[in-house]
Amino acid sequence: MIEIGLGHYLTLGAVIFSLGTLGIFLNRKNVIVILMSVELILLAVNINLVSFSIYLQDITGQIFTMLILTVAAAEAAIGLAIIVSYYRNKGSIRVEEIDEMKG
Amino acid sequence: MIAHALFFYFFSIIAIISAIFVIVSRNTVHAVFFLILDFISIACLFIMIGAEFLGMMMLIVYVGAVAVLFLFVVMLMNVTEQKLSWFRGSKRSGHIPTGLIVGSVILLELVVIVGGWQYRDTFSQTEFLKFDSDFTNTHLIGNVLYTEYIHLFQISGIILLLSMIGAIVLTYRKREGVKKQSYIKQISREREDSVKLVDGEFNKGVSIDD
Repeated sequence: MIEIGLGHYLTLGAVIFSLGTLGIFLNRKNVIVILMSVELILLAVNINLVSFSIYLQDITGQIFTMLILTVAAAEAAIGLAIIVSYYRNKGSIRVEEIDEMKG
Repeated sequence: MIAHALFFYFFSIIAIISAIFVIVSRNTVHAVFFLILDFISIACLFIMIGAEFLGMMMLIVYVGAVAVLFLFVVMLMNVTEQKLSWFRGSKRSGHIPTGLIVGSVILLELVVIVGGWQYRDTFSQTEFLKFDSDFTNTHLIGNVLYTEYIHLFQISGIILLLSMIGAIVLTYRKREGVKKQSYIKQISREREDSVKLVDGEFNKGVSIDD
């Protein structure tokens, strides 16, 4: 309990990861919250990589965390651009109303 | 050791609670606020366990760019016209209290992490955390990032460029009735097209058509 080890950080990452996936499924309002849940998932991955990097004393994990940071920023920019153009065309980004592809 | 535990529980509990609020809050602006709080808590955790460079990077990239981008998009879209009103707080300033709460928690976290910096040795000298102490974390990352992982570094730059082009292409639209400057037209304009020399007769003047 007092001794903080690798397991604590991995547990924190797992909790945030599952909250992110839960957010994707729970969400019935808008697409932006789904994008934010994806950001949470990537954050959990970052926590795992950084804690392994620290506890295994290997700097490579932090390099890969930087790459994930880059990809997360790119993904947010593209996702928000898609949302903006969809909203411009349809006037709504509610999840139930997005059904053009009949998926 | 106990300092490490206290710091870890403080930041991780704030992170988990704000992650819960991100997915359950009805107001999207509040969700973005809590997302920012989550990012800052995790960045403080990173700084605490010795990945200072990544913690600062998280602050700059996530809080400074991504979260602000989310806020812009949420606020620029006229979301009040949605059927389910998102800004359902009382009157129009519904998200000021949430912003104040999140801001004060962030201030508290910054005070904790800056005040705890002097005790850093007590929790970074555990049996796990012994990187070569001659080099800082930034130095270590720089050593391998620009040598061993240079290709990954360049590929991430290309990914950023592609995403920038993609975002511009996706959101670009031509507007009607907007006067624009066309420099091709301007520099390809010849003297003969626009200026004409006329000999005026004495005492008559020159008639100008149009």
